[in-house]
Amino acid sequence: MTGLVGVHAATITDNCLTRNDWLCWEYVTTRSADLLDGTREHLYITVVSVLLGVVVAVPLAVLARRWRRARPLTLGVSTVLYTVPSLAMFALLLPVFGLSAATVITGLVLYSLTILVRNFLTGLDNVDEEVRDAARGMGFGRGRMLWRVEVPLALPAAFAGLRVATVSTVALTTVGTIVGFGGLGDLLTRGLRSDFKAEVLTASVLCVLLAVVFDLLLLGAQRLATPWQRGRT
Amino acid sequence: MGWLLDTFAWLTDPQSWQGSRGIPTLLVEHLGLTAASLGLACLIGLPLAVWLGHVGRGGVLAVQVGNIGRAVPTLALLTILVLASAPFGRSTLTQLVAFTAFAIPPILTNTYVGMRDVDREVVDAARGMGMTGSQVLRRVELPLATTMLMTGVRIAAVQLFATVSIAAIVGFGGLGRIVTNGFALRDVGQVVGGAMVIAALALLVELVFEQLSKVLDPRRRADSRPAPRTPEPVAPLP
Repeated sequence: MTGLVGVHAATITDNCLTRNDWLCWEYVTTRSADLLDGTREHLYITVVSVLLGVVVAVPLAVLARRWRRARPLTLGVSTVLYTVPSLAMFALLLPVFGLSAATVITGLVLYSLTILVRNFLTGLDNVDEEVRDAARGMGFGRGRMLWRVEVPLALPAAFAGLRVATVSTVALTTVGTIVGFGGLGDLLTRGLRSDFKAEVLTASVLCVLLAVVFDLLLLGAQRLATPWQRGRT
Repeated sequence: MGWLLDTFAWLTDPQSWQGSRGIPTLLVEHLGLTAASLGLACLIGLPLAVWLGHVGRGGVLAVQVGNIGRAVPTLALLTILVLASAPFGRSTLTQLVAFTAFAIPPILTNTYVGMRDVDREVVDAARGMGMTGSQVLRRVELPLATTMLMTGVRIAAVQLFATVSIAAIVGFGGLGRIVTNGFALRDVGQVVGGAMVIAALALLVELVFEQLSKVLDPRRRADSRPAPRTPEPVAPLP
């Protein structure tokens, strides 16, 4: 009996990997390739989804503002989209895009759109009518009014929406693992299948870190883009 | 377009509506978990938010809880709890803890904002009339904060319904099971059919809670004037 224990002690090294600890630096150093791949895919899906969301949301918000009848339609559609659970959203897009990153990105674009359009509209609505009058008095046309007066004044609300949309998209990307493109979410499900605690916790922490880093970057960008707001809040 | 026929075939197959993997059984499980977690989240979140709003403290906490809730992926917390030792693991406790944790932030943040948004002059007037702190709370602040309070509960309900479906990825029951089983079986009809059922019911939950907020809003009962503009709800994504 004692001999057997001796054999085990000699062949299996005792470290946090074999003990299946939650926190394991050994995991981070030996599987850094997995972590980098997961993070890279996560970043790609998040950034593309939010950027496409912005590209679609800006004209929609401007349109909904110019053309009154488009407004309830835009808000109604975005409420419906927002209500669809992410698992169902990716599943519904499966016949169109198959098991691909496009399924995940399309779903995430639709979600970020709902937040962005609402916030862009709120921002434009908040522009004081007297400010518009003043700009008109100075001879500003519609286009110049939009880009020189309305858009800058709508920036704080727009950035608030952008931050919410980005942080939420980072978290939601994990659900993309259902079609095999979930970034760090793929590490979560793989770690679950093989009962690998360090993999699950490290991937989870990286997700939260990504969200925090994006949030801080956007906060910095907002400060740069709205210098007149500095000092206020 | 074959998937459309497959979906129709799955939805009309009597097998889809029977037994332990049938839609009715999974629906009951799904709604039961949603209701239980929503109840727990309200029990914890509502009194806390109302009290914080009444005394005007903890605003940073109320808002930060919302931000943290958004940044932590549901799937991550669920996976960690499933791998954790007993009493967690693949247990009902894990489900209730994870679901409730994600339902509290929208309730807490929106109710707090609603309470703080009550016109300070109205509160001062109530105090000037000799109302005590609890009278101000019950007869002035709470009725005026009801709209935002119900917005928080509605967002939490819709989000819970979505979170319960995501839990199928880590092996829990509910309607999400139809979709994950469909993926495992490579049955597109089942995947899309299940997703349609989930999406339709999520919309139903949204509509029910919208109606409920209208019924419960004391301002709508008091007079027919349009309610004053409420602040933007603070919502995470499904």
